[in-house]
Amino acid sequence: MAPSPLASAILFRLGPLAITRPVVTTWAIMAVLTVVSWLVTRRLRLHPDRRQTVLELIVTGIMAQIDEVIRKNPRPFLPLLGTLFIFLVAANLSGVLPGVEAPTGKLETPAALALIVFVAVHYFGVRARGPFGYLASFAQPKLIMLPLNIVSEVTRTFSLMVRLFGNVMSGEFVIALVVALAGLFVPIPLMALEILVGLVQAYIFTVLATVFIGAAVDTFEAE
Amino acid sequence: MDVKLISILAAALAVSIGSIGPALAEGRSVAAAMDAIARQPEAAGTISRTLFVGLAMIETMAIYCLVIALLLLFANPYAG
Repeated sequence: MAPSPLASAILFRLGPLAITRPVVTTWAIMAVLTVVSWLVTRRLRLHPDRRQTVLELIVTGIMAQIDEVIRKNPRPFLPLLGTLFIFLVAANLSGVLPGVEAPTGKLETPAALALIVFVAVHYFGVRARGPFGYLASFAQPKLIMLPLNIVSEVTRTFSLMVRLFGNVMSGEFVIALVVALAGLFVPIPLMALEILVGLVQAYIFTVLATVFIGAAVDTFEAE
Repeated sequence: MDVKLISILAAALAVSIGSIGPALAEGRSVAAAMDAIARQPEAAGTISRTLFVGLAMIETMAIYCLVIALLLLFANPYAG
């Protein structure tokens, strides 16, 4: 029987905590992203060179996307959503490297990311409308929608998690099956497809997080 | 029949039946988006972004079925 995609291998224990493989991969990705970010933002000039042009292209591109969805100043949302997108791209594509499993293909990492989005939605919502204004927004458009709105908060976070997990995990599973059935070089087209799926899923996760935050901070309807 | 056999059958049924609806729905939405882009090429950016978000929503149904199948195969509470 194939190893369960719902469990992950424990590498070592830190006291009572079991440190699993996706956690170590996530640490490595975080370290790489931190070092690269530090290196590319070290000497920023008014007249950008090639490195800084690419950097500005990425940052302004993400900002334009956020701006199109939220239609507000995207600056307060850029640190969270930009980091989310860049981390997701790195994490989804890390599965292509030999010997590395994408951490988003295990259940814990998408769960943690979805939980971050869940908390961020309420944080931005309370900050934009005040605590009572935000709570009142759950009773929009009618009071009878209150239970549905509360349920949808939970289910959309759950589906955010399951979507990312299911896509990345099923891609890796299919590649593993094809390797076992057909041999070494046959799954290369599938791996190319997996790169596309990883990018699209990173984009979708970020856009959905943006849409949720945008709905939480949207003060237009409440008035 | 024992629980394992039923679980495998149920997993196959969940994925195969559960993917019919999302497949039809995704086909319809992509066709509609293509139609819209062909009529109004300047709105392609907005249309494709909305299309991606919509496809993600539709795909969730299929992925729920996949999760049910995985639970049945790997984390079955009745298999003992």
